[in-house]
Amino acid sequence: MTCVCSCSPGTAQESRGGPGAGAAEPFSDGAEPSYSTDFEVHRNWLAITHSLPVSRWYYEATSEWTLDYPPFFAWFEYTLSHIAKVFDPEMLNIQNLNYASPRTVLFQRFSVIFTDVLFIYSVYECCKCIEGKKAGKELTEKPTFILSVLLLWNFGLLIVDHIHFQYNGFLFGLMLLSVARLFQKRHLEGAFLFAILLHFKHIYLYVAPAYGIYLLRSYCFTADKPDGSVTWSSFSFLRLIALGFIVCFVSALSLGPFIAMNQLPQVISRLFPFKRGLCHAYWAPNFWALYNALDKMLCIIGLKYNLLDPKKIAKASMTSGLVQQFQHVVLPSVTPLATLICTVIAMLPSIFCLWFKPQGPRGFLRCLIVCALSSFMFGWHVHEKAILLAILPMSLLSVGKPQDAAIYLLLTTTGHYSLFPLLFTAPEFPIKVLLMLLFTVYSFSSLKTLFRKEKLLNWMETIYLVGLGPLEICCELVFPFTPWKLKYPFIPLFLTSVYCAAGITYAWFRLSVSMLPGPAVSKAKLQ
Amino acid sequence: MFGDYEAQRHWQEITLNLPVQEWYFNSSDNNLQYWGLDYPPLTAYHSLLCAYVAEFINPDWVALHTSRGYESDHHKLFMRSTVFIADLMIYIPAVVLYCCYLKETSPRKKIANAFCILLYPGLLLIDYGHFQYNCVSLGLTLWGVLGLSYDWDILGSLAFCLALNYKQMELYHSLPFFCFLLGKCLKKDLKGKGLLLLIKLITTVVAAFALCWLPFFTQLEQTMQVLRRLFPVGRGLFEDKVANFWCSLNVLLKIKSLLSPHTQLMFSFALTFLSLLPACLKLTLQPSLRGFKYALVSCALSFFLFSFQVHEKSILLVSLPVCLILNEVPFMSIWFLLVSTFSMLPLLLKDQLALASVGTTLGFGVACASSFSIFENISEEELQLRSFSVYVRRHIPGFKVPAKMLKTWFLVSVTMMSLLTLTSITVEPPHKLPDLFPVLVCLVSCLHFLLFLIYFNVIILWDHRNGRSQKKIN
Repeated sequence: MTCVCSCSPGTAQESRGGPGAGAAEPFSDGAEPSYSTDFEVHRNWLAITHSLPVSRWYYEATSEWTLDYPPFFAWFEYTLSHIAKVFDPEMLNIQNLNYASPRTVLFQRFSVIFTDVLFIYSVYECCKCIEGKKAGKELTEKPTFILSVLLLWNFGLLIVDHIHFQYNGFLFGLMLLSVARLFQKRHLEGAFLFAILLHFKHIYLYVAPAYGIYLLRSYCFTADKPDGSVTWSSFSFLRLIALGFIVCFVSALSLGPFIAMNQLPQVISRLFPFKRGLCHAYWAPNFWALYNALDKMLCIIGLKYNLLDPKKIAKASMTSGLVQQFQHVVLPSVTPLATLICTVIAMLPSIFCLWFKPQGPRGFLRCLIVCALSSFMFGWHVHEKAILLAILPMSLLSVGKPQDAAIYLLLTTTGHYSLFPLLFTAPEFPIKVLLMLLFTVYSFSSLKTLFRKEKLLNWMETIYLVGLGPLEICCELVFPFTPWKLKYPFIPLFLTSVYCAAGITYAWFRLSVSMLPGPAVSKAKLQ
Repeated sequence: MFGDYEAQRHWQEITLNLPVQEWYFNSSDNNLQYWGLDYPPLTAYHSLLCAYVAEFINPDWVALHTSRGYESDHHKLFMRSTVFIADLMIYIPAVVLYCCYLKETSPRKKIANAFCILLYPGLLLIDYGHFQYNCVSLGLTLWGVLGLSYDWDILGSLAFCLALNYKQMELYHSLPFFCFLLGKCLKKDLKGKGLLLLIKLITTVVAAFALCWLPFFTQLEQTMQVLRRLFPVGRGLFEDKVANFWCSLNVLLKIKSLLSPHTQLMFSFALTFLSLLPACLKLTLQPSLRGFKYALVSCALSFFLFSFQVHEKSILLVSLPVCLILNEVPFMSIWFLLVSTFSMLPLLLKDQLALASVGTTLGFGVACASSFSIFENISEEELQLRSFSVYVRRHIPGFKVPAKMLKTWFLVSVTMMSLLTLTSITVEPPHKLPDLFPVLVCLVSCLHFLLFLIYFNVIILWDHRNGRSQKKIN
């Protein structure tokens, strides 16, 4: 099974071969645990930024894990590499592919823990923005406490950052901090932080429309008419120029050196490699998973009833290790442009609401989540880790209203379950199950206590969530011992993907609808 | 790579494939030099049980001779889950029950107490990281303590006998159990009920031992061999670096080479006996549950500091009783538990558990600090030293326990431990002193332990007066 070279705007280097692709090669003397390839990626980047001059950073290709994050992240790795020298200088040698001495592992893991400090600070700032409704209650029942636990011990973040190895902690810290600043009406700071974030990891481009429209509408237009529509005369050019200046300044800082060296096209090509695959070996549970499943189903039905000619069907199997141009058999094939258009169309209603009926920072947050979730639903070569982009900001909303809490519980439980295939070795099984149970039990019990008067989930949603248990047992405990394992090895992944996709689609739909009451209310007022 | 994990796997292999008579003997099939069995029979039976399950899942794991050094992901998962199951069945229920029945505490405090005890990093790291089954023996001891606190003396002593038959190190706890039960019998008047209780207890102990050692009582040679494996007196005063009095003394004065092995044995026996005599006498004459718990701590600590062939893991035997008094003297207990984890640092680093130990210690510290609000209430009363200071003030007026200073000393101690941890992880020791950091760790820990020994003994010896004076005041 070959490793999958992932490629897509923003999700590059995130899907380094799902479980079907034999991603992590165990060490040759069986005693060492196998490390995820993300670990090797970051070690490689430490080596590249330390050993090579800046002009060669985006050209280096000794290892297959090339630098494909924006320059700020490269500078971050450069800073880390100086500390890495103290721990183990050998890891900074580019030729040392798959080097993972104990000191290296220690340093890398400590660096993730250390950078999480920024995440902790931003959680603290977010908690300050949440209004504590019933003060004087016991500590564990206050919304701020619940929010801080939901964010700090988020199961998805824990396993992706600390087990699978990434630096999402401090990146999400930056994003939450910028959201908190916007809540606190410190718009310029928020914009500045978001601009920096974009140059750390360009996947956050997906939520840029929310930022852009909100800042334009609520910051550049200084006053609103009583019914909430735009007062064109109150447009402040000064503020627009300030925002533009911030964005340009940050971009210049980041991309400036590369523009000066005429390397901009190379940097862009590394950041946005549009190579292949609507989905990778494990389909992220989004709309396209359902689309693929439907296509496959129709194909099987068509073959059975001789509606289709078997010779014309492409031989490529869906979930083998190689990612290929996926040819849909019955339904029309999907191109990157089509996914972009779908994403934009999905985001449009909420963006319109944000423009025409701004509900302040809360409306912005809701729009941000809808944008993130829409991009997850319809994006090209999305990795399941991208669900965290929607889950973490959603926690902020969940302690506000019971309807949001219900959507949050649905989205989070399903999203976290869909991350299970990331950890596929036997020793990780009890860890992931126990951690997931801990987080799920806590989120349900704390949110139920917070909103004790309302019923959060109806019977259908409850049955759906409870069904995750038997699904897990079937996929991981029962299936490996059945005779179908050799014939249809992709079934557990397929089932997980489709089941979670249903839940996430439902959550996306409900969330989009929750943005909408605005225009209906204003229409009622006009009439 | 080959450590206690391989030892446990090997014992499963031996107990499954060889007949009982050969388990403790050196033979061509059972090479005692290669991780020979050196725990009492109950461990062997437990290994046999695990071996049956292992054979059912995958016979390769316990095949005679060929499975040496076997390591695979699935096998690791199996071994770790055996520890977890043993924990779940024996240790965790004991802790939960103990905390449920604590007197004069709110439900919230009880849960916090249970949580902190279960989070104790030392036991977690040694059982799950280094790989041992301490949870079984410590859990059984805890059941023994629970039995004794509810006057179910027979059941309590039965549980403790089982613990003793699981690991011979539980002998550290045996003296307090013995003294407490003897004291109870004496109190009930040896001529009547007391004698009956004594006879019942003796019968229970003998029966428990007989049951466990049944296969080994058939021949004298068998029994002697097992005893020889359990108590290797030929091995010397200490091995490796331990936070022990002898090891620390050895840094200044090379006793190991100065005295003969026989003299070493006599010295250690004498010093151990002397240091635990006051507490045991007090317990026999005035048996009380509170005194019993503190006596467990001080006796185990005395044994740890002065006894023969102590391993650094034996500090767990002291930590368990300290966990039991967590709600009475939270500040000192937490300090002790942190030092005890730190004292095992060289062992943990060898097992590449640096990250795990830092993480769990931090988590434990945070959990305890928030559950017990330790820094607010450091006073004579809180440290249980009131009666002691009253007594001293009769002779030295103006004496005050330096409670405020303790906070500073605690912070200094924690800083020193953190610095030593950091340097042990990152810096290479100089060539002339390759053992510099382990020795420093042992010296620092030993100093702490000696001070804690004095502290706990003071509490025990002045305990009764506290009860009396309180009654007078009330």
